[in-house]
Amino acid sequence: MKKLLLLPLVAALAACSSTAPEIESSPPTEVVLVTHDSFSVSKKVLREFSEQTGYEVTIVQNGDTGQVVNSAILSAGVPQGDVLFGVDNTFLSRAQEGGVFEDYQAAGAPEQLAQAAPGVTPIDTGAVCLNYDREYFADSPPPATPADLVKPQYKDLTVVQNPATSSPGLAFLLSTVSRQPDWQTYWEQLKANGVKVVDGWENAYYQQFSGGSGEGTRPIVVSYSTSPAAEVMFSEDPEAPAPTANVDSDCFQQVEYAGVLAGARNPEGARAFIDYMLSATFQDDIAEQMFVYPVVPDAAVPPAFEEYSAPPTDPVVMAPEQIAAGREEWIDEWSAIMGQ
Amino acid sequence: MLRLQAVTASYDQPVLRGIDLNVARGEIVCILGPSGGGKSTLLRAVAGLVPHGGLIEVAGEAMVGVPPHRRGVGMMFQDDLLFPHLDVAGNVGFGLRPADPARVAQMLDLVGLSGFGPRGVDTLSGGQAQRVALARALAPQPRLLLLDEPFGALDVVLKAGLVLDVQRVLRELGMTVLAVTHDRQEAFTLADRVAVLRDGTLVQVGTPDELWNEPADMYVARLVGLSVLEGRAYRPEQIRMSAGGPWSARVTGRTFRDGHHLVSARVAGETVVFVCDRALEPGTEVRLAVT
Amino acid sequence: MDRRVVGDHGSVGRTAVLAVPVVFLLVLFVVPVAAVVRVGLSEGPAGMLGVLVDARTWGVLGFTLLQAALSTVATLIVAIPAAVVIAGYRFPGRGLLRALVLVPFVMPTVVVAAAFLALIGPTGLLGVDLSGSIWGLVLAHMFLNLAVVIRVLGAALATLDPDLENAARLLGASRWQAWRRVTWPLVAPSVRAASAIVFLFCFTSFGVVQVLGDGQLRTLEVQIYRSTAYLLDLPAAAALALLQLIAVVAMLVVVGRGRSVVAGSAVDISRRPRGWREISLVAGVVVGTALLVVTPLLVIAGRSLLVGGQWSTAGWQVLFSPGETTNAVDPWAAVLASLRTSILATVLAMLVGGAAAIGLAMGRRGTWLRSVDAMLLLPLGTSAVTVGLGMLLAFGRPPIDLRNTGLLIVLAQALVAMPFVVRVLTPGFESFDRRYLEVAAVLGRTPRHALRTVAAPLLLPLITVAVGFAFAVTLGEFGATVFLATPADPTLPVAISRLLARPGEVTVAAAYAASTMLMLITAVVVVGIDRLRAGKAVVF
Repeated sequence: MKKLLLLPLVAALAACSSTAPEIESSPPTEVVLVTHDSFSVSKKVLREFSEQTGYEVTIVQNGDTGQVVNSAILSAGVPQGDVLFGVDNTFLSRAQEGGVFEDYQAAGAPEQLAQAAPGVTPIDTGAVCLNYDREYFADSPPPATPADLVKPQYKDLTVVQNPATSSPGLAFLLSTVSRQPDWQTYWEQLKANGVKVVDGWENAYYQQFSGGSGEGTRPIVVSYSTSPAAEVMFSEDPEAPAPTANVDSDCFQQVEYAGVLAGARNPEGARAFIDYMLSATFQDDIAEQMFVYPVVPDAAVPPAFEEYSAPPTDPVVMAPEQIAAGREEWIDEWSAIMGQ
Repeated sequence: MLRLQAVTASYDQPVLRGIDLNVARGEIVCILGPSGGGKSTLLRAVAGLVPHGGLIEVAGEAMVGVPPHRRGVGMMFQDDLLFPHLDVAGNVGFGLRPADPARVAQMLDLVGLSGFGPRGVDTLSGGQAQRVALARALAPQPRLLLLDEPFGALDVVLKAGLVLDVQRVLRELGMTVLAVTHDRQEAFTLADRVAVLRDGTLVQVGTPDELWNEPADMYVARLVGLSVLEGRAYRPEQIRMSAGGPWSARVTGRTFRDGHHLVSARVAGETVVFVCDRALEPGTEVRLAVT
Repeated sequence: MDRRVVGDHGSVGRTAVLAVPVVFLLVLFVVPVAAVVRVGLSEGPAGMLGVLVDARTWGVLGFTLLQAALSTVATLIVAIPAAVVIAGYRFPGRGLLRALVLVPFVMPTVVVAAAFLALIGPTGLLGVDLSGSIWGLVLAHMFLNLAVVIRVLGAALATLDPDLENAARLLGASRWQAWRRVTWPLVAPSVRAASAIVFLFCFTSFGVVQVLGDGQLRTLEVQIYRSTAYLLDLPAAAALALLQLIAVVAMLVVVGRGRSVVAGSAVDISRRPRGWREISLVAGVVVGTALLVVTPLLVIAGRSLLVGGQWSTAGWQVLFSPGETTNAVDPWAAVLASLRTSILATVLAMLVGGAAAIGLAMGRRGTWLRSVDAMLLLPLGTSAVTVGLGMLLAFGRPPIDLRNTGLLIVLAQALVAMPFVVRVLTPGFESFDRRYLEVAAVLGRTPRHALRTVAAPLLLPLITVAVGFAFAVTLGEFGATVFLATPADPTLPVAISRLLARPGEVTVAAAYAASTMLMLITAVVVVGIDRLRAGKAVVF
C-alpha cells in the first residue's frame, strides 16, 4: 500500500530525471562495480576490458570501506551491483557472514593471501604505518618503532585515529594488539604521553599532522606506508624529496578483496571483471591510481614507491577470522582505556 | 435584475434565515443593519463567495453552481483592496478582457481621476483609492454592482462628498446596485430603497420616507434615527423642551446642523434626539414634551 | 447548496492539500526510519535497550542538547541585529551582503569545519585554539546558520507596515518601546520558527562536530553514524535514532510554533541611516557581519591557492585537468550533477512544501493541524544517515529498486529542503489577504488567472526566499547523498569529500578549489534569485 502511494511520485520524477532506470535488456552487457570512494583506475584500462569482453563497466562509489560493506550487508541478496571491490581483511568476515558474496576466487593471486580468504579474490595490499614529519626530526631521531612513542621525547607529538571510526585507526590498534607485549598498558602509557585521538584519517593527516600536506602541529601520525610517495607525486615539484617518511616497523597489512555479489544480475560479467583485476594491465595500474601495492609480485609501481614507500619488511598479518573474533572486544577495551 | 428568494447561509450557526428581496434594473437598494448582522454575508452570497441556500437570480438567470467569475456581478469591498503590485491603470483594467486602455481612461474620467493611470496605488489618498476601486469594479460593465460598506474606512468629511460622487456615477450609468452599510445617512443618501436586516431576516423594505414615517417596529425606528418614547416613535422636531414636560432627561451630546442645535439626551434608558434653539451642555437636566 | 465557489475552503479541500505532504513524509520519512528500527529490532530488543541504559548515551544526548542550545543563542545574538539592519537600512553593498550570508549555509560542513580549524585550530590564524572545545562548535554553527535567522526574520520585517511603528511612536513610545511592543510581537513568530530550524540543524550536526570536536566531542548524530556506517550495530543505531527523534519531537512540542500576525501592507521599509550614531551602528553591524561571513570563506578560497605554503594555482589546474582516471572529478560534470539534482529536489520540495503551507494556512489552528505542522519539521531533526540508510533499506529491493537511478538522492534532498519551504511559506500564506482573490473573481477572472496574476506576484518575494533556501540546502546536502550512491556523476559536495579522502597537497588544494566553485555558484544563484524579487510591493 505504501509503495503504491509512491508510484505516481516515482513516475512523475522518473519522467524528468535524466538518470531514469533503463529498461532491462538481456543478455546483460553491463558490469556494475560497487566500491569505495578511494577506488580509481585508468580509463584506458577499463576500455581494454570492454574491448576484450564486450562488457561496459559502471562504477558505484558508496562512501568509505565501512559504508560500502555495511550497505552491501544490508542489501545482501538484492545487491547494488555485480562486483564488490574494496572489502579488506578487517571487514571480510563480517561481509561473508552477512551473505554478501557468491563464492568465486580468480586464479593468479599469491597463494598465501588467496588461501586466507576463500570465496573472494585478493587484489591489492596496503600497510598502515607511523609517518613522521622529516623537517621536525631533522636534528633528532624519529621513532624507530611504535613502542618508542611512550618515551618522554615523543610526548604530545603523536596523533592517531579512533579504531571505532577509522580504518587505519583500527589497523594500528590491531598491530599493537599483535605486537605489544601488553597492549592495554601500552595504550595507557600512550595516553599518559599525550597521544591525540581523532575520528578520521583526513582530520588526523591534514589538520593535526605537521608534515607534508598536513597543517597541524603534531609530527607523528598513523597513516599509510605509501603516504610519503603520495606526498611526492601530488606535490608541486615531484622532483623534490619527500617531506614525510614512514616507520617500517609493526606496519599492519591490509588486504583488499573483490568478490561476486550474491544475486548479481550479471555474475558472469562479475567473474570476468575479477579475473581482469588480476591481469597485468590492471595490476600495473593499481599502485599509481590507489597508492596500494598490487598483489601480483612483478606488477609495476611508480618510482616514488621504491624510493619512499617500499612495502614493509615485516608487516603484521592477521587472518580475517582472527580480526572478526577479537575486534569488538578490543575496540571496547580500547575505548574504556582511552575514555572514548 | 436581482431576485433573492429564501436565501439562507450559515457559518457555525445560521447567519441568513431566509431573505426575500428584489432589485429592479437601475435601482439602488441599500441594506441597513448593525455590524455582524449578516449584511456582508448576503453580498458575498450574491457574489458567489460563500455557499448559500435558496434562490439567487441575476437577470433572470439562477446562480446555482455559477462560480463568482461567471456571475457578471461587480463588487467593491470595505477596504479598497487595490492590488499593490499594479498601478492605477493596471487595477482598473484588471477585469477587462481584452485589455482596453480607452475604457480604463474613460473609467478614470468618470470617477474624476483623469491621468492617474500610471500612479502607484500607494500614492493615493483614501478617497482616491476608493474611487479607483469603484472604477475597477465598474470597468467590466457588471450587470449588478455590490457595495460592501464602501465608505466605512473613510473619515466623515471625505465620506459625505464621496457618497454623493459615487451616487452621481452610479445614476449616470444606470447601474443596478445592492449596497450594505451600518450608517443610515449613507443609506438614505445613496438608496432608492432601504432594507433593514436584523438577525438574518429583513424586517422592513421601503423608501427612506417610508422608513422614516412608518417604521415597522421600534427597532427600525431607532435604527433610522427616530426617538422612542413609551413605545412610540418621534421625529426630532416633534420633541421639544418644556418645563412642565412629562419626561425628565439628561443631555448627553449636541451637534449643530443647518442652523439648528440637535441635542441628544437619555430618557429612561432610551436615547432621544430633539431640535433646540440653543446649545445645551452635556449633563444638563431638562424636561421634554412631544407635540 | 451552491458549493462551487471560491470562498469555500472546506475541510475536504484542506485535507486533500495536506495529504500531499503527509503522504510524502510517510513514504519518504516514516517508512525508511521504520525500516531502520525494524532491522534494529530484528535481533530482539536487548540490543536497543543496552544502548538506552548506557550512561554514555545520556551524556552524549546532554552534550548534543547543550551545544545546540548555545549555538542557537549565539546565532540569534549575531543574526537579529544583522537582520534588522539589512531589512531596515539602505547602505552600499546591501544586496551583496544579503546574498553572502546564504553562502556559508550551503558549504559542506566538512569544508567549513576545515576553514574554522585553520582559523581557530592548533595552528589557527587567530592564535586561539578552540578545537575540541564547545565554543569552536558554537562559532562554526553560528557561521553556518546565520542565514536562517537573517533571511526568515528579514522576510518578516519586510512585510511590516512602518506606519505601525510610527503610530506607536506618536503614541509616546520610545524607539526601543516601539520595537519591543509593536515590531517584536509581530516578528517573534518568525524568530521562533528560525530558532527551531537552527536548533534542529545544530542538534543533528555531524561534519562540524567530527572535525572540530577533535574526537572528544560527540553528538547523537556522530554516534549514529558510527553505529550504522562503521560498526553495523543497527540495534544501537536504531535506538539512538529513536532517541534523537523523541528529543526532537519533545523540543517541537515545547517550542510549538507561533501564529503569525497579520501586518498591514508594506513595501520596502528601508531607509538611509540618519545621524552619526545610527550610521556608526549600521556600519558596525554590517562590517561585523560581513567579516564573520567572509573570513572563513576567504580562508577556503585562499587555501585553494595554497600548496605547501606557497601560492600556486596547481590545485585549480588539477581540478580542471582531471586526467584519464575513473576517480578523477570532472568539475563541470559535478556542477551539472549538483544543479540537476538541486533543481529537481527544489521543485519537488516547493510543490510538496507549498501544498503543506497552503493546507496549513487554510485551516484554523486545531490540534491535528498543529501536529501536521510539527511533523513536517521532523526530517530536519533526524539523522541524515538514518534517512539515507532507511531509504536504502526501504526502496532498495524489488519491486521498488530506486538505487542507481539518482532518484533517491533527489527525494532525500527534497525531504531535507521541504521543512524550510513550509517554514518560510506558511506564515506568509496565512497572512495573505484572500480577499484579493475574491476581488479578482468578482472582476470576472478565473481562479487560475487570479492565482497567476494576483497571488503569485504578491507572494513572489516569499516564494523566492523559499526557493533560495531549498536550492541552497539541496546544493550543500551531503549526509543522505553520500549514503545513496549512484553511478552518475557525484554532486560537488560528494566530489569534495572524495578529493579530501586522497593524500597530497595538490589534491587538498583541488578540494578547496571545488569548494570555492560551490561557493561561487551559490552566490550567483542566490543573487539571481534575489533579483527576481524586483517586483515592488509585498502585501500580507
